[in-house]
Amino acid sequence: MGTFILRRVGVMILTALCLTFIVFFLTNLYPNLEKLAKTQGNFRMSDEEVATFLNNRGYLQPTVTKYGQWLGVLPGYVIEGTDGKVRARCAAPGQPIEEAPSFCGVLQGNWGFSTTIKQDVGGIILEKLGLTGILMFWVMLLMVPSALILGVLAGMREGSRLDRSLSTFSISTTATPEYVSGVLFIAIFASSAVGLKWFKGTATSAMDNVTFENFFLPVLTIAAYGMGYIARMTRASMAEVMTSQYIRTARLKGVSFPNIVMKHALRNALIAPFTVIMLQFPWLLNGVVIVETLFNYKGFGWTLVLAAGNNDIELLLGVSVVSVFVVLVTQLISDIGYVYLNPRISVS
Amino acid sequence: MNKDALSWGAIFGQMIIQFAPVLILLVITFALSLAFKRRLGLYGKLFDSTVGMIGLAMVLFWVFTAFFAGVFDMVATHNPLDQSALMKKALPGTPYSKLIGTPDPNAGAYYLLGGDNLGRDVFSRVIAGSIKVILIAPFATIFAFMVGITLGLPAGYYGGRFDTVLSFLSNLVLAFPVILLFYLLVTPEIVQTGIPVYMAAVLFIFPLVFLVILWNSRYHTQPKKRNIFVGLTLVIGLWVYLGSAWDADPLGLISFPPNVLVVFVSVVFVNSPTVFRIVRGLVLDIKTRDYVAAAQTRGEGPWYIMLWEILPNARGPLLVDFCLRIGYTTILLGTLGFFGLGLESESADWGKMIIDGRRLLSANILHIAIPPALALLTLVLGLNFLADGLREESLRD
Repeated sequence: MGTFILRRVGVMILTALCLTFIVFFLTNLYPNLEKLAKTQGNFRMSDEEVATFLNNRGYLQPTVTKYGQWLGVLPGYVIEGTDGKVRARCAAPGQPIEEAPSFCGVLQGNWGFSTTIKQDVGGIILEKLGLTGILMFWVMLLMVPSALILGVLAGMREGSRLDRSLSTFSISTTATPEYVSGVLFIAIFASSAVGLKWFKGTATSAMDNVTFENFFLPVLTIAAYGMGYIARMTRASMAEVMTSQYIRTARLKGVSFPNIVMKHALRNALIAPFTVIMLQFPWLLNGVVIVETLFNYKGFGWTLVLAAGNNDIELLLGVSVVSVFVVLVTQLISDIGYVYLNPRISVS
Repeated sequence: MNKDALSWGAIFGQMIIQFAPVLILLVITFALSLAFKRRLGLYGKLFDSTVGMIGLAMVLFWVFTAFFAGVFDMVATHNPLDQSALMKKALPGTPYSKLIGTPDPNAGAYYLLGGDNLGRDVFSRVIAGSIKVILIAPFATIFAFMVGITLGLPAGYYGGRFDTVLSFLSNLVLAFPVILLFYLLVTPEIVQTGIPVYMAAVLFIFPLVFLVILWNSRYHTQPKKRNIFVGLTLVIGLWVYLGSAWDADPLGLISFPPNVLVVFVSVVFVNSPTVFRIVRGLVLDIKTRDYVAAAQTRGEGPWYIMLWEILPNARGPLLVDFCLRIGYTTILLGTLGFFGLGLESESADWGKMIIDGRRLLSANILHIAIPPALALLTLVLGLNFLADGLREESLRD
């Protein structure tokens, strides 16, 4: 088990390095840098002005060097600009160059500085992750139990009318992307044209104060998309368990049907959905981006869109590191959890 | 113009008249298929499952709509790009009128589903959006399958270092949040650097490689036949390849608009690792079967075994996944439109229309966002039902 986890962690670190380098490479292509310079400086800069602007701020070093500096394995640049000012990557605003540390990258805990929000990336990400964490918490709380109930109800009598209608329902929820269901939910439950007006169409106020009224629709929108898939997996696993020998034995012994489902089948049927639930995280991340944009909830996904739309390199890198980390860690947990829950599999 | 606005009943009546050719063709298709379903193989068996039939009807509805609208210019009532200052945010059923210039005499008399925020006809824009989706989604999925199959077969069959490297790469792509990837790839700045063209050059070569290996492995004992097949594939394939990937068609017939190319390439790129994983898993399972061992004993080449022994036996799960993946690709195209990536601001795109309409939902204008949302929903739902029907029927075999 130990070597298994160690090897997985090694692959994880390698993956994270590759992915951040890809993001780094793509955001540092010259047309992107040019756009950055024009939004930072002014839009009417000539090509030469753009080049000096970028050169003075260390953007025109080779990509690998810049990546090393961002990571913190190479010393940060100190460049004497053409305008006579000396700029150093590691000097905080107002700090003399001589006192600045020579290394400042992710490894030193310095995530860089966002060019759009004008704050430290580390701080922004922590704050936004907190907001998205609240959203995810409620999504999980709504999604997992309802998906499991749906799946178990559908799977306990395979082929019955209940099974068919519940299965059709779960196919429908997985087939409805968030931007469609979100819009439909807002139209039905939040607009005065339909007249229900039960909930609010935006979740901006939920950032300070979560209430049922302002938070239910975004939570429902994300949960609905993920729910159908988990429900289908649970149904398949439940249906398989219900045909096994020991269930038949229990039935022949005269155990009542509710007792068979609750005491005998349920525990074995829930092994497979566990991994599926963990692997849903990457998908939820997508849903979070769409829903946060749709409902104007300024969390992690909203930050991703902001950073990507403005080519805010260091913020975007921070966001990608975190999201890639989430994906890889959930994969690892689901693998380990699967081994622990299923006595038939061992890794050694 | 002092015509009255249409009532909802009349709007639906008008819409059915507009969709008439689609509905007629749909009825004919279903009547013929039901009559001959015993002779139609797996397609015929689909008509034994209610869910499958409903799914097929929903999918065919949009395919026929796109066909009639794209080829004969029939279903839509107006030009999807034509703006009218008088029709801004007009309610469904408002008579068509124009502030400046005379209205097009061939255009319909009403905006059946109202006008959007620039005074364009929502109904015609939804129809125009279907053409785009029906053209891109299936082809992008086919390309993703070609890439996934061409790489997944040897990875599963040989295993070893080749498999390790490819699996690592596919996990790498899969670990990316899709939207981040789109934001990195589908921007005008990236199009400037030419990266999409290089990606297209790599990805579009796979169908060609796939077909050449397919013919060669089958007919290498009959050189004459092999040469004809491989030669034809190479001539047509290279012509299409040069035109589509490099925009260098010597005859000047085939070309991809750059912004469609980048959308197409990134959708293929996102989908192929998943297909790769599915194919690899299926091969790992099937290669232990007896008929594979029999073929190996006969002395068949590895590519013959992969393409003509293993692949046909993996067709059931692959077909089901193919349907699901077209639906997923449709969702991805909508996502791109939703974030305003990779298209001209004018063009009719379901995702773009939904996000434009979303901004007006709080002003209680529902008719701009709801029609494209329902259109996308019915198409994707239809594909999912179709896949479910296929799964049921292929399991029964």
